[in-house]
Amino acid sequence: MNALSSAPEALSGPTVYHPRAGGQGHNLESDRFNLWYGATQALFDVTFAVERGLVTALIGPSGCGKSTLLRAINRMNDLIDGLKVSGEIRVDSRNIYSSDTDVIALRKRMGMVFQKPNPFPMSIVENVIYPLRVDGVRDRRLLAETAERALTDAALWDEVKDRLQDNALGLSGGQQQRLCIARAIAGEPDVLLMDEPCSALDPIATARIEELIDELREQYTIVLVTHNMQQAARVSDNTAFMYLGRLIEYGETEAIFTAPRDTRTQGYITGRFG
Amino acid sequence: MTTEHIVKAFDQDLRRLDTIIAEMGGLVETQFAAAIEAMLQRDVERAEQIIAADERVDELEKELDRSVIKLIALRQPMADDLRMMIAALRIGGAIERIGDYARNIAKRTLALAQAPPVAPAQTVARLGELVLEMLRNALDAYLARDAAMAYDVRRSDHDADAMYTSLFRELLTYMMEDPRNITSCTHLMFAAKNVERIGDHITTIAENVIYLVSGDVPENKRPKGDETSTVVASIPTADRR
Repeated sequence: MNALSSAPEALSGPTVYHPRAGGQGHNLESDRFNLWYGATQALFDVTFAVERGLVTALIGPSGCGKSTLLRAINRMNDLIDGLKVSGEIRVDSRNIYSSDTDVIALRKRMGMVFQKPNPFPMSIVENVIYPLRVDGVRDRRLLAETAERALTDAALWDEVKDRLQDNALGLSGGQQQRLCIARAIAGEPDVLLMDEPCSALDPIATARIEELIDELREQYTIVLVTHNMQQAARVSDNTAFMYLGRLIEYGETEAIFTAPRDTRTQGYITGRFG
Repeated sequence: MTTEHIVKAFDQDLRRLDTIIAEMGGLVETQFAAAIEAMLQRDVERAEQIIAADERVDELEKELDRSVIKLIALRQPMADDLRMMIAALRIGGAIERIGDYARNIAKRTLALAQAPPVAPAQTVARLGELVLEMLRNALDAYLARDAAMAYDVRRSDHDADAMYTSLFRELLTYMMEDPRNITSCTHLMFAAKNVERIGDHITTIAENVIYLVSGDVPENKRPKGDETSTVVASIPTADRR
Protein backbone atom coordinates (compact mmCIF):
# COMPACT_ATOMS: atom_id res chain seq x y z
CA MET A 1 0.00 0.00 0.00
CA ASN A 2 2.74 2.47 -0.86
CA ALA A 3 0.37 4.49 -2.96
CA LEU A 4 -2.03 5.15 -0.08
CA SER A 5 0.65 6.62 2.10
CA SER A 6 1.78 8.90 -0.71
CA ALA A 7 -1.44 9.63 -2.57
CA PRO A 8 -0.86 11.45 -5.85
CA GLU A 9 -1.88 15.06 -6.07
CA ALA A 10 -4.80 15.59 -8.40
CA LEU A 11 -4.99 18.81 -10.36
CA SER A 12 -7.55 20.08 -7.88
CA GLY A 13 -5.52 19.29 -4.78
CA PRO A 14 -4.75 16.11 -2.90
CA THR A 15 -7.39 13.76 -1.55
CA VAL A 16 -7.99 14.19 2.17
CA TYR A 17 -7.86 10.88 4.04
CA HIS A 18 -9.19 10.15 7.51
CA PRO A 19 -10.99 6.78 7.24
CA ARG A 20 -11.89 4.66 10.21
CA ALA A 21 -9.96 1.39 10.33
CA GLY A 22 -12.12 -1.70 10.61
CA GLY A 23 -9.37 -3.73 12.23
CA GLN A 24 -9.75 -6.54 9.69
CA GLY A 25 -7.56 -5.12 6.97
CA HIS A 26 -8.53 -4.03 3.47
CA ASN A 27 -10.84 -5.92 1.18
CA LEU A 28 -10.39 -3.74 -1.82
CA GLU A 29 -7.77 -1.28 -2.84
CA SER A 30 -8.02 1.24 -5.62
CA ASP A 31 -4.54 2.44 -6.47
CA ARG A 32 -4.15 5.47 -8.76
CA PHE A 33 -7.02 4.11 -10.79
CA ASN A 34 -7.89 6.01 -13.98
CA LEU A 35 -10.71 5.18 -16.36
CA TRP A 36 -11.58 6.55 -19.79
CA TYR A 37 -14.75 6.16 -21.84
CA GLY A 38 -13.17 6.71 -25.24
CA ALA A 39 -11.50 10.12 -25.08
CA THR A 40 -13.37 11.15 -21.95
CA GLN A 41 -11.63 10.51 -18.67
CA ALA A 42 -14.19 9.53 -16.01
CA LEU A 43 -11.92 8.66 -13.08
CA PHE A 44 -8.69 10.39 -12.09
CA ASP A 45 -6.09 8.73 -9.88
CA VAL A 46 -8.64 7.30 -7.46
CA THR A 47 -6.74 5.88 -4.52
CA PHE A 48 -8.40 4.45 -1.45
CA ALA A 49 -8.84 1.23 0.49
CA VAL A 50 -12.15 -0.31 1.53
CA GLU A 51 -12.04 -1.66 5.08
CA ARG A 52 -13.18 -5.24 5.48
CA GLY A 53 -16.45 -5.62 7.40
CA LEU A 54 -17.39 -1.94 7.19
CA VAL A 55 -19.93 -0.06 5.11
CA THR A 56 -18.35 2.43 2.72
CA ALA A 57 -20.58 5.03 1.07
CA LEU A 58 -19.69 6.73 -2.21
CA ILE A 59 -21.33 10.13 -2.53
CA GLY A 60 -21.08 12.99 -4.96
CA PRO A 61 -23.11 14.89 -7.55
CA SER A 62 -24.42 13.17 -10.68
CA GLY A 63 -21.65 12.39 -13.11
CA CYS A 64 -18.92 12.50 -10.46
CA GLY A 65 -17.85 8.93 -11.23
CA LYS A 66 -19.19 7.12 -8.19
CA SER A 67 -21.23 4.57 -10.16
CA THR A 68 -18.37 4.18 -12.64
CA LEU A 69 -16.06 3.40 -9.75
CA LEU A 70 -18.54 0.91 -8.25
CA ARG A 71 -18.90 -0.82 -11.62
CA ALA A 72 -15.13 -0.83 -12.10
CA ILE A 73 -14.82 -2.90 -8.93
CA ASN A 74 -16.47 -5.95 -10.55
CA ARG A 75 -15.46 -5.02 -14.10
CA MET A 76 -19.00 -4.37 -15.22
CA ASN A 77 -17.72 -1.58 -17.45
CA ASP A 78 -15.73 -4.06 -19.56
CA LEU A 79 -18.31 -4.28 -22.33
CA ILE A 80 -18.37 -0.55 -22.99
CA ASP A 81 -16.61 0.37 -26.23
CA GLY A 82 -13.44 2.36 -25.90
CA LEU A 83 -13.03 1.62 -22.21
CA LYS A 84 -9.48 2.09 -21.04
CA VAL A 85 -8.05 1.90 -17.55
CA SER A 86 -4.73 2.49 -15.84
CA GLY A 87 -3.64 1.93 -12.30
CA GLU A 88 -4.94 -0.98 -10.27
CA ILE A 89 -7.94 -2.16 -8.34
CA ARG A 90 -6.83 -4.94 -6.06
CA VAL A 91 -8.96 -7.53 -4.35
CA ASP A 92 -7.01 -9.44 -1.73
CA SER A 93 -3.84 -7.88 -3.12
CA ARG A 94 -4.46 -9.11 -6.69
CA ASN A 95 -5.03 -6.64 -9.48
CA ILE A 96 -8.43 -7.44 -11.00
CA TYR A 97 -7.41 -5.74 -14.26
CA SER A 98 -4.45 -8.05 -14.84
CA SER A 99 -4.79 -10.29 -17.88
CA ASP A 100 -5.07 -13.52 -15.88
CA THR A 101 -8.12 -12.41 -13.89
CA ASP A 102 -11.13 -14.74 -14.12
CA VAL A 103 -13.86 -12.13 -14.49
CA ILE A 104 -16.68 -14.58 -13.80
CA ALA A 105 -15.02 -15.72 -10.58
CA LEU A 106 -14.45 -12.08 -9.64
CA ARG A 107 -18.11 -11.18 -10.10
CA LYS A 108 -19.14 -14.13 -7.94
CA ARG A 109 -17.18 -12.60 -5.12
CA MET A 110 -18.91 -9.25 -5.66
CA GLY A 111 -22.65 -9.33 -5.02
CA MET A 112 -24.35 -6.49 -6.87
CA VAL A 113 -27.63 -4.75 -6.09
CA PHE A 114 -29.01 -2.15 -8.49
CA GLN A 115 -31.24 0.93 -8.28
CA LYS A 116 -34.39 -0.76 -9.48
CA PRO A 117 -35.18 -4.19 -8.11
CA ASN A 118 -34.54 -6.68 -10.92
CA PRO A 119 -35.94 -10.06 -9.87
CA PHE A 120 -36.03 -12.68 -12.62
CA PRO A 121 -39.49 -13.72 -13.88
CA MET A 122 -39.49 -16.93 -11.89
CA SER A 123 -40.44 -18.09 -8.41
CA ILE A 124 -39.11 -16.44 -5.26
CA VAL A 125 -37.02 -19.43 -4.31
CA GLU A 126 -35.63 -19.88 -7.83
CA ASN A 127 -34.52 -16.25 -7.82
CA VAL A 128 -32.51 -16.77 -4.65
CA ILE A 129 -30.82 -20.01 -5.70
CA TYR A 130 -30.19 -18.84 -9.26
CA PRO A 131 -26.46 -18.24 -8.63
CA LEU A 132 -26.12 -21.84 -7.41
CA ARG A 133 -28.14 -23.21 -10.33
CA VAL A 134 -25.80 -21.42 -12.73
CA ASP A 135 -22.91 -23.11 -10.94
CA GLY A 136 -24.62 -26.48 -11.53
CA VAL A 137 -25.53 -27.22 -7.92
CA ARG A 138 -28.22 -29.92 -7.79
CA ASP A 139 -28.19 -30.95 -4.14
CA ARG A 140 -31.80 -30.19 -3.11
CA ARG A 141 -30.96 -29.90 0.57
CA LEU A 142 -28.12 -27.47 -0.09
CA LEU A 143 -30.37 -25.39 -2.37
CA ALA A 144 -33.17 -25.29 0.23
CA GLU A 145 -30.77 -24.40 3.04
CA THR A 146 -29.14 -21.68 0.96
CA ALA A 147 -32.53 -20.20 0.06
CA GLU A 148 -33.61 -20.08 3.70
CA ARG A 149 -30.29 -18.66 4.90
CA ALA A 150 -30.13 -15.97 2.21
CA LEU A 151 -33.76 -14.98 2.66
CA THR A 152 -33.33 -14.89 6.44
CA ASP A 153 -30.18 -12.76 6.13
CA ALA A 154 -32.05 -10.46 3.76
CA ALA A 155 -34.85 -10.12 6.36
CA LEU A 156 -37.42 -11.51 3.92
CA TRP A 157 -37.87 -15.11 5.11
CA ASP A 158 -40.80 -14.50 7.46
CA GLU A 159 -42.70 -12.64 4.75
CA VAL A 160 -42.25 -15.21 1.96
CA LYS A 161 -41.66 -18.59 3.62
CA ASP A 162 -45.25 -19.70 2.90
CA ARG A 163 -45.19 -18.71 -0.75
CA LEU A 164 -41.73 -19.54 -1.97
CA GLN A 165 -43.10 -20.88 -5.25
CA ASP A 166 -45.00 -17.68 -6.06
CA ASN A 167 -43.73 -15.49 -8.86
CA ALA A 168 -41.22 -12.98 -7.53
CA LEU A 169 -42.73 -10.19 -9.63
CA GLY A 170 -45.77 -10.29 -7.34
CA LEU A 171 -43.73 -8.95 -4.42
CA SER A 172 -43.77 -5.28 -3.44
CA GLY A 173 -40.90 -3.05 -4.55
CA GLY A 174 -39.21 -3.18 -1.16
CA GLN A 175 -39.62 -6.96 -0.98
CA GLN A 176 -38.24 -7.31 -4.51
CA GLN A 177 -35.19 -5.30 -3.53
CA ARG A 178 -34.63 -7.48 -0.45
CA LEU A 179 -35.04 -10.51 -2.71
CA CYS A 180 -32.31 -9.12 -4.95
CA ILE A 181 -30.12 -8.70 -1.87
CA ALA A 182 -30.90 -12.32 -0.91
CA ARG A 183 -29.89 -13.40 -4.42
CA ALA A 184 -26.71 -11.33 -4.18
CA ILE A 185 -25.69 -12.93 -0.89
CA ALA A 186 -26.78 -16.50 -1.76
CA GLY A 187 -23.44 -17.09 -3.46
CA GLU A 188 -21.63 -15.92 -0.29
CA PRO A 189 -19.74 -13.03 -1.89
CA ASP A 190 -16.98 -11.15 -0.09
CA VAL A 191 -18.27 -7.75 -1.02
CA LEU A 192 -21.76 -6.39 -1.61
CA LEU A 193 -21.87 -3.55 -4.13
CA MET A 194 -25.03 -1.49 -3.94
CA ASP A 195 -25.85 1.15 -6.54
CA GLU A 196 -28.59 3.40 -5.15
CA PRO A 197 -30.44 0.44 -3.66
CA CYS A 198 -33.23 2.56 -2.14
CA SER A 199 -33.81 5.22 -4.77
CA ALA A 200 -36.92 3.46 -6.10
CA LEU A 201 -38.36 2.63 -2.67
CA ASP A 202 -40.70 4.42 -0.26
CA PRO A 203 -39.40 5.56 3.17
CA ILE A 204 -40.59 2.43 5.02
CA ALA A 205 -39.00 0.04 2.51
CA THR A 206 -35.90 2.26 2.60
CA ALA A 207 -35.74 1.97 6.38
CA ARG A 208 -35.97 -1.84 6.08
CA ILE A 209 -33.06 -1.92 3.62
CA GLU A 210 -31.03 0.36 5.88
CA GLU A 211 -31.75 -1.90 8.84
CA LEU A 212 -30.67 -4.83 6.67
CA ILE A 213 -27.42 -3.11 5.71
CA ASP A 214 -26.79 -2.59 9.41
CA GLU A 215 -27.28 -6.32 10.08
CA LEU A 216 -25.17 -7.43 7.12
CA ARG A 217 -22.22 -5.25 7.96
CA GLU A 218 -20.50 -7.79 10.15
CA GLN A 219 -20.61 -10.60 7.59
CA TYR A 220 -19.98 -8.56 4.47
CA THR A 221 -18.03 -5.63 3.27
CA ILE A 222 -20.53 -3.24 1.71
CA VAL A 223 -19.85 -0.49 -0.80
CA LEU A 224 -22.87 1.71 -1.31
CA VAL A 225 -23.47 4.42 -3.89
CA THR A 226 -26.17 6.82 -2.77
CA HIS A 227 -27.60 10.19 -3.67
CA ASN A 228 -29.29 10.35 -0.31
CA MET A 229 -26.78 11.93 2.01
CA GLN A 230 -28.81 11.26 5.12
CA GLN A 231 -28.72 7.60 4.12
CA ALA A 232 -24.95 7.67 3.74
CA ALA A 233 -24.75 9.35 7.14
CA ARG A 234 -27.06 6.79 8.74
CA VAL A 235 -25.66 3.51 7.43
CA SER A 236 -22.00 3.93 6.53
CA ASP A 237 -18.80 3.80 8.55
CA ASN A 238 -16.64 5.55 5.99
CA THR A 239 -17.69 7.95 3.27
CA ALA A 240 -15.90 8.80 0.05
CA PHE A 241 -16.83 12.09 -1.60
CA MET A 242 -16.17 12.22 -5.33
CA TYR A 243 -16.32 15.23 -7.59
CA LEU A 244 -15.57 15.49 -11.31
CA GLY A 245 -14.03 12.02 -11.36
CA ARG A 246 -11.73 12.65 -8.45
CA LEU A 247 -11.80 11.34 -4.91
CA ILE A 248 -11.89 14.54 -2.87
CA GLU A 249 -12.21 13.25 0.66
CA TYR A 250 -12.35 9.77 2.15
CA GLY A 251 -13.00 9.62 5.84
CA GLU A 252 -14.98 8.51 8.81
CA THR A 253 -18.65 9.18 8.10
CA GLU A 254 -19.30 11.04 11.34
CA ALA A 255 -16.43 13.43 10.64
CA ILE A 256 -17.50 13.88 7.01
CA PHE A 257 -20.97 14.98 8.05
CA THR A 258 -20.10 17.06 11.11
CA ALA A 259 -16.75 18.59 10.21
CA PRO A 260 -15.55 17.75 6.68
CA ARG A 261 -12.00 18.83 6.00
CA ASP A 262 -12.30 19.79 2.35
CA THR A 263 -14.40 22.83 1.47
CA ARG A 264 -15.79 21.03 -1.61
CA THR A 265 -17.08 18.19 0.58
CA GLN A 266 -18.64 20.76 2.85
CA GLY A 267 -20.18 22.60 -0.09
CA TYR A 268 -21.75 19.45 -1.45
CA ILE A 269 -23.16 17.95 1.73
CA THR A 270 -24.58 21.25 2.93
CA GLY A 271 -26.29 21.84 -0.41
CA ARG A 272 -24.21 24.76 -1.61
CA PHE A 273 -23.33 23.22 -4.96
CA GLY A 274 -23.89 20.01 -6.78
CA MET B 1 -17.91 28.99 3.87
CA THR B 2 -19.54 32.05 2.42
CA THR B 3 -21.03 30.40 -0.66
CA GLU B 4 -24.79 30.44 -0.73
CA HIS B 5 -27.02 27.40 -0.54
CA ILE B 6 -28.89 26.20 -3.59
CA VAL B 7 -32.05 26.63 -1.54
CA LYS B 8 -32.04 30.37 -0.86
CA ALA B 9 -34.63 30.20 1.91
CA PHE B 10 -32.11 28.19 3.93
CA ASP B 11 -29.65 31.10 3.77
CA GLN B 12 -32.38 33.48 4.90
CA ASP B 13 -33.19 31.22 7.86
CA LEU B 14 -29.52 31.00 8.81
CA ARG B 15 -29.12 34.77 8.58
CA ARG B 16 -32.16 35.13 10.85
CA LEU B 17 -30.38 33.02 13.51
CA ASP B 18 -27.39 35.37 13.30
CA THR B 19 -29.68 38.37 13.63
CA ILE B 20 -31.42 36.97 16.71
CA ILE B 21 -28.13 36.13 18.40
CA ALA B 22 -26.71 39.55 17.53
CA GLU B 23 -29.79 41.25 18.97
CA MET B 24 -29.73 39.12 22.13
CA GLY B 25 -26.01 39.75 22.55
CA GLY B 26 -26.42 43.49 22.05
CA LEU B 27 -29.26 43.71 24.58
CA VAL B 28 -27.45 41.66 27.21
CA GLU B 29 -24.22 43.58 26.73
CA THR B 30 -26.09 46.86 27.30
CA GLN B 31 -27.95 45.50 30.32
CA PHE B 32 -24.83 44.10 31.92
CA ALA B 33 -22.95 47.39 31.43
CA ALA B 34 -25.91 49.30 32.83
CA ALA B 35 -26.19 46.92 35.81
CA ILE B 36 -22.59 47.57 36.80
CA GLU B 37 -23.05 51.32 36.43
CA ALA B 38 -26.33 51.36 38.37
CA MET B 39 -24.69 49.35 41.15
CA LEU B 40 -21.81 51.81 41.39
CA GLN B 41 -24.10 54.87 41.31
CA ARG B 42 -26.75 53.28 43.55
CA ASP B 43 -29.28 54.13 40.85
CA VAL B 44 -32.50 52.30 41.81
CA GLU B 45 -34.55 53.57 38.88
CA ARG B 46 -31.99 52.36 36.35
CA ALA B 47 -31.80 49.00 38.11
CA GLU B 48 -35.56 48.56 37.81
CA GLN B 49 -35.41 49.27 34.07
CA ILE B 50 -32.77 46.57 33.68
CA ILE B 51 -34.89 44.04 35.56
CA ALA B 52 -37.84 44.75 33.27
CA ALA B 53 -35.76 44.60 30.07
CA ASP B 54 -34.68 40.98 30.60
CA GLU B 55 -38.03 39.74 29.33
CA ARG B 56 -37.16 40.68 25.74
CA VAL B 57 -34.01 38.53 25.88
CA ASP B 58 -36.05 35.55 27.08
CA GLU B 59 -38.49 36.04 24.20
CA LEU B 60 -35.65 36.15 21.68
CA GLU B 61 -34.16 32.97 23.10
CA LYS B 62 -37.48 31.19 22.65
CA GLU B 63 -37.66 32.41 19.06
CA LEU B 64 -34.10 31.19 18.49
CA ASP B 65 -34.97 27.76 19.89
CA ARG B 66 -38.05 27.50 17.70
CA SER B 67 -36.10 28.54 14.59
CA VAL B 68 -33.33 26.01 15.24
CA ILE B 69 -35.77 23.15 15.83
CA LYS B 70 -37.60 24.07 12.63
CA LEU B 71 -34.37 24.17 10.64
CA ILE B 72 -33.20 20.80 11.96
CA ALA B 73 -36.58 19.22 11.19
CA LEU B 74 -37.07 20.73 7.74
CA ARG B 75 -33.57 21.08 6.33
CA GLN B 76 -31.52 18.32 7.99
CA PRO B 77 -28.44 20.53 8.17
CA MET B 78 -25.01 18.96 7.76
CA ALA B 79 -21.41 19.90 8.53
CA ASP B 80 -20.97 23.62 9.31
CA ASP B 81 -24.73 24.15 9.04
CA LEU B 82 -25.27 21.43 11.64
CA ARG B 83 -22.59 22.96 13.87
CA MET B 84 -24.37 26.30 13.49
CA MET B 85 -27.57 24.74 14.88
CA ILE B 86 -25.80 23.31 17.92
CA ALA B 87 -23.72 26.44 18.52
CA ALA B 88 -26.76 28.73 18.13
CA LEU B 89 -28.69 26.78 20.77
CA ARG B 90 -25.80 26.80 23.22
CA ILE B 91 -24.77 30.40 22.60
CA GLY B 92 -28.40 31.53 22.84
CA GLY B 93 -28.71 29.70 26.16
CA ALA B 94 -25.49 31.25 27.48
CA ILE B 95 -26.56 34.78 26.48
CA GLU B 96 -29.93 34.26 28.13
CA ARG B 97 -28.22 33.17 31.37
CA ILE B 98 -25.92 36.22 31.23
CA GLY B 99 -29.07 38.34 30.97
CA ASP B 100 -30.43 36.63 34.11
CA TYR B 101 -27.23 37.40 36.02
CA ALA B 102 -27.31 41.05 34.88
CA ARG B 103 -30.87 41.21 36.21
CA ASN B 104 -29.70 39.65 39.50
CA ILE B 105 -27.00 42.31 39.83
CA ALA B 106 -29.68 44.95 39.27
CA LYS B 107 -31.79 43.35 42.02
CA ARG B 108 -28.82 43.52 44.41
CA THR B 109 -28.53 47.20 43.56
CA LEU B 110 -32.01 47.76 45.01
CA ALA B 111 -30.78 46.33 48.33
CA LEU B 112 -27.32 47.90 48.15
CA ALA B 113 -28.80 51.37 47.70
CA GLN B 114 -30.38 51.08 51.14
CA ALA B 115 -27.17 50.01 52.91
CA PRO B 116 -24.15 52.23 53.60
CA PRO B 117 -21.73 52.53 50.64
CA VAL B 118 -18.45 50.58 50.89
CA ALA B 119 -15.21 50.88 48.94
CA PRO B 120 -15.10 47.34 47.46
CA ALA B 121 -18.02 48.33 45.17
CA GLN B 122 -15.29 49.87 42.99
CA THR B 123 -13.51 46.54 42.74
CA VAL B 124 -16.74 44.77 41.79
CA ALA B 125 -17.21 47.37 39.05
CA ARG B 126 -13.63 46.79 37.83
CA LEU B 127 -14.31 43.06 37.67
CA GLY B 128 -17.49 43.90 35.80
CA GLU B 129 -15.57 45.99 33.25
CA LEU B 130 -13.11 43.16 32.67
CA VAL B 131 -15.91 40.62 32.13
CA LEU B 132 -17.87 43.07 29.96
CA GLU B 133 -14.85 43.35 27.68
CA MET B 134 -14.75 39.55 27.45
CA LEU B 135 -18.43 39.53 26.51
CA ARG B 136 -17.87 42.09 23.73
CA ASN B 137 -14.96 40.08 22.37
CA ALA B 138 -16.90 36.80 22.52
CA LEU B 139 -19.83 38.31 20.61
CA ASP B 140 -17.45 39.88 18.07
CA ALA B 141 -15.70 36.53 17.68
CA TYR B 142 -19.08 34.93 17.00
CA LEU B 143 -20.16 37.47 14.38
CA ALA B 144 -16.74 37.37 12.70
CA ARG B 145 -16.46 33.54 13.04
CA ASP B 146 -13.01 34.18 14.53
CA ALA B 147 -11.72 31.11 16.41
CA ALA B 148 -8.41 32.75 17.41
CA MET B 149 -10.27 35.58 19.11
CA ALA B 150 -12.52 33.05 20.85
CA TYR B 151 -9.45 31.22 22.18
CA ASP B 152 -8.22 34.56 23.60
CA VAL B 153 -11.54 35.13 25.34
CA ARG B 154 -11.42 31.65 26.81
CA ARG B 155 -7.96 32.27 28.22
CA SER B 156 -8.91 35.64 29.71
CA ASP B 157 -11.54 34.03 31.96
CA HIS B 158 -8.59 33.06 34.14
CA ASP B 159 -7.90 36.76 34.88
CA ALA B 160 -11.52 37.32 35.84
CA ASP B 161 -11.45 34.33 38.19
CA ALA B 162 -8.23 35.56 39.81
CA MET B 163 -9.68 39.03 40.29
CA TYR B 164 -12.81 37.50 41.80
CA THR B 165 -10.75 35.55 44.34
CA SER B 166 -8.87 38.64 45.43
CA LEU B 167 -12.14 40.59 45.63
CA PHE B 168 -13.53 37.87 47.86
CA ARG B 169 -10.60 38.36 50.27
CA GLU B 170 -11.07 42.13 50.17
CA LEU B 171 -14.75 41.80 51.12
CA LEU B 172 -13.92 39.42 53.99
CA THR B 173 -11.38 41.93 55.30
CA TYR B 174 -13.89 44.80 55.22
CA MET B 175 -16.48 42.73 57.03
CA MET B 176 -14.03 41.76 59.79
CA GLU B 177 -12.88 45.33 60.16
CA ASP B 178 -16.34 46.74 60.84
CA PRO B 179 -19.52 44.65 61.27
CA ARG B 180 -21.57 47.57 59.88
CA ASN B 181 -20.09 46.75 56.45
CA ILE B 182 -21.50 43.23 56.52
CA THR B 183 -24.84 43.96 54.79
CA SER B 184 -23.28 45.88 51.90
CA CYS B 185 -20.35 43.52 51.54
CA THR B 186 -22.62 40.43 51.49
CA HIS B 187 -24.71 41.92 48.68
CA LEU B 188 -21.54 42.87 46.84
CA MET B 189 -20.25 39.35 47.26
CA PHE B 190 -23.35 37.98 45.56
CA ALA B 191 -23.08 40.60 42.82
CA ALA B 192 -19.45 39.62 42.30
CA LYS B 193 -20.44 35.96 42.16
CA ASN B 194 -22.94 36.85 39.43
CA VAL B 195 -20.21 38.62 37.45
CA GLU B 196 -17.95 35.60 37.85
CA ARG B 197 -20.70 33.29 36.58
CA ILE B 198 -21.20 35.60 33.59
CA GLY B 199 -17.51 35.02 32.84
CA ASP B 200 -18.13 31.25 32.76
CA HIS B 201 -21.03 31.64 30.33
CA ILE B 202 -18.87 33.86 28.12
CA THR B 203 -16.39 30.97 28.05
CA THR B 204 -19.24 28.76 26.82
CA ILE B 205 -19.91 31.24 24.01
CA ALA B 206 -16.21 31.29 23.08
CA GLU B 207 -15.99 27.47 23.08
CA ASN B 208 -19.00 27.23 20.80
CA VAL B 209 -17.54 29.79 18.41
CA ILE B 210 -14.46 27.55 18.20
CA TYR B 211 -16.71 24.53 17.57
CA LEU B 212 -18.73 26.40 14.98
CA VAL B 213 -15.67 27.55 13.06
CA SER B 214 -13.45 24.48 13.25
CA GLY B 215 -15.53 21.55 14.48
CA ASP B 216 -13.06 21.19 17.36
CA VAL B 217 -14.29 20.96 20.91
CA PRO B 218 -11.66 22.62 23.10
CA GLU B 219 -10.78 19.89 25.55
CA ASN B 220 -7.83 20.89 27.66
CA LYS B 221 -9.14 22.16 30.94
CA ARG B 222 -8.76 25.88 31.05
CA PRO B 223 -6.91 27.13 34.13
CA LYS B 224 -9.44 27.89 36.85
CA GLY B 225 -8.60 30.98 38.86
CA ASP B 226 -11.58 30.95 41.20
CA GLU B 227 -10.19 29.77 44.53
CA THR B 228 -12.85 31.27 46.78
CA SER B 229 -14.06 27.84 47.82
CA THR B 230 -10.85 27.42 49.81
CA VAL B 231 -10.42 31.00 51.06
CA VAL B 232 -10.80 31.37 54.82
CA ALA B 233 -10.73 34.43 56.98
CA SER B 234 -7.73 34.10 59.24
CA ILE B 235 -8.66 35.71 62.51
CA PRO B 236 -5.69 36.08 64.84
CA THR B 237 -6.47 34.25 68.10
CA ALA B 238 -5.20 37.23 70.12
CA ASP B 239 -8.12 39.33 68.89
CA ARG B 240 -10.67 36.92 70.28
CA ARG B 241 -9.81 37.52 73.90
